[in-house]
Amino acid sequence: MIKRLLVVSLLLAGVSACTDQRSHSQAVYMLVDTSGTYAQEVRKAQLIINYLLGTLQSGDSLAVARVRSRSFNEKDIIAKVTFDSRPSQANAQKRAFRDKIDAFVKSVSGSAYTDITGGLIQGGMFLNETGAGKKTILIFSDMQEELDKATIRSFPISLKDIRIVALNVVKLKADNIDPRRYLGRLEAWQKRVENAGASEWRVINDIEHLDAMLSRS
Amino acid sequence: MLRAGKGSYFEQRKGDPVSGSFWMIWPNNAVLSAVILFVIAMPFLYAARKLVHELFRSIGNMVGGPLRLGARWLFATARDMKERNKAVLLAHGREEVSQHIEREFERVGALVTRDLEGYPALQRKLLDEITRVEEDYKKCGEVPPASPEWVEALVSVAKIKSDGNEMVQRILEEIKRSVHGIHDKALAEYRRAFESRHKILSGFMPFWRSLDKTFGQVDKKLTGLQDTSSKIDAQMEKYEQINKKTDKAEHALTMSAFTQFAISLLVLLIAVGGALVNFKLIALPFSEMVGAGDYLTATLRMSDVAALVLIFLEATMGLFVMETLRITHLFPIIANMSERMRRRMFWTAVVFLFVFALIEAGLALMRDMLAADRAALVQSLAAAQAAPPDPLLRLIPTTAQMVLGFFLPFALAFVGVPLESFIYSLRTVGGAAVVMLVRMLAFVLRILGNLVRQLFKVLATLYDVTIVLPLLVERMVKAMRNGEAAASRPAGRGT
Repeated sequence: MIKRLLVVSLLLAGVSACTDQRSHSQAVYMLVDTSGTYAQEVRKAQLIINYLLGTLQSGDSLAVARVRSRSFNEKDIIAKVTFDSRPSQANAQKRAFRDKIDAFVKSVSGSAYTDITGGLIQGGMFLNETGAGKKTILIFSDMQEELDKATIRSFPISLKDIRIVALNVVKLKADNIDPRRYLGRLEAWQKRVENAGASEWRVINDIEHLDAMLSRS
Repeated sequence: MLRAGKGSYFEQRKGDPVSGSFWMIWPNNAVLSAVILFVIAMPFLYAARKLVHELFRSIGNMVGGPLRLGARWLFATARDMKERNKAVLLAHGREEVSQHIEREFERVGALVTRDLEGYPALQRKLLDEITRVEEDYKKCGEVPPASPEWVEALVSVAKIKSDGNEMVQRILEEIKRSVHGIHDKALAEYRRAFESRHKILSGFMPFWRSLDKTFGQVDKKLTGLQDTSSKIDAQMEKYEQINKKTDKAEHALTMSAFTQFAISLLVLLIAVGGALVNFKLIALPFSEMVGAGDYLTATLRMSDVAALVLIFLEATMGLFVMETLRITHLFPIIANMSERMRRRMFWTAVVFLFVFALIEAGLALMRDMLAADRAALVQSLAAAQAAPPDPLLRLIPTTAQMVLGFFLPFALAFVGVPLESFIYSLRTVGGAAVVMLVRMLAFVLRILGNLVRQLFKVLATLYDVTIVLPLLVERMVKAMRNGEAAASRPAGRGT
């Protein structure tokens, strides 16, 4: 009997050794710009969050944070969750998450400045903590960073192995006058995140393209 | 720019031994230099002719020999394998045919026990009926009593002449009246006798029918017996052919194996389709039980593996059911079990199968609930709200899934039958394929070996072509010497 138990336990140990220890989950950190006039776009952001809730699976993590005058703060995280491995529990968590976002959308107010870099640092830290296999920061913003004099963000940041996706990067009035400003702004951000060690930089203005990006391995 | 003798590159590297022009005897004329070098080399090439030929032959043998040897070995291996395959095929065929014959004999035994066991009773019944019919027939043969003797007397009286004698006439009339009375009586008696015979004859009918029916039954049973015995004859002939190891038997068995392989493969593919449907039904609810976050490989979740294991367990239980019912013979240990043990194992496997079927039905229901929950979530997340589905429409797929979940394990249980055919026919088909592969390989090696040998022969001939001038000179010298020798021989003889 003991011999049999030993054989069974050895087999189980073999199976557990064979299991893939790498993380197959993905973590998404979404920054929602609530500064100035861009706060009006928050309804669109809600659609994207709902879409993410419908797409992400059990074991995945999702966090939504707002971009304000100073965004390097846990208080700016509106909602965060790691979905349970049981699909029914995960669905319940998604419902709760949706309710929090609904409440946020109703109460959102515009801020004076836009601290995207602070949000990125905060997002990078959150994603690294999750230990997910695929890490993505979605920036729902016009990518126009405006900082007050006291806020310091002009230093190298680390976004190693994180995919950065800028969503709904609307053109500002000045961009319409001189499109080079818009292109230059995006180019500068690309340079910055690539220097920070990001695995990829993308700009997506059509949500359907986001679907393709999240589904690919 | 890099052509010989032209351009700055070559000018700079002139005389350099590693450059391409160091061999040029005639500066800036490659062709002439080559011709001169060739002419210089020709005597040496001629001198080395035998050695070079030997070298070519040796290299040809060195490379071609092992290839040909390998080809021969592979051909021999293929032959051995074919013999072994034949032995296995015939042994398997013999076993199959003997089983078939055994079953036919069992059938004959059952037929004899069932039908011919009652034959004595049937025979007795037949004899009784025949005796009865015979007796009745005899009764029919009983003729009515013969006409009385007074007929002769009557004839004599009829000869009497009356001649108008009143007394005679009166006597004759009296006699006539009496005769009429007696005639009527006799006729009535005859009629009664015939009537009774007709009654007896009509009483024959049920017996005839019964006889006909009984004979029909006997005929049917004997024909069935005859059919079975003709089947046994055919199987016995096949068995004899196999025992004689004839090519016809081998061919027939191989063809049968190929057909079995194709059919069993097709049925197995259908079973795999069923297993996939089954997997789809239970994979999602399994993630609810074992979690959806653990992965065995990059794409294979533990929950999927658990679902697959359940399906394999069902298939295994089905296999055991088939084995214990002696439909398949994959496990000799089960076939050799005692009847009691076999029955126990059968019921254990059936109970397991039933439990698995119940679990699957439950999981199918759970899957439907989870899918509905997810659909509701997605709907609530979507901007546009859709109308709630008809309860009946919801009920039909749920019921269908549960029924499928319950019955698929039982359907999968039958997979053992095609699996057995597949495994047995795979030995023959696989063996034939391997033999063909080995033969093809041997053929390729043989061709390669011949090619190499021929190639070196061609190289030797090409070598001779390059030294054609010294060879011509050699031939001329030889011809001259032969001429001189021929001329000197007769002169020598003369002196």
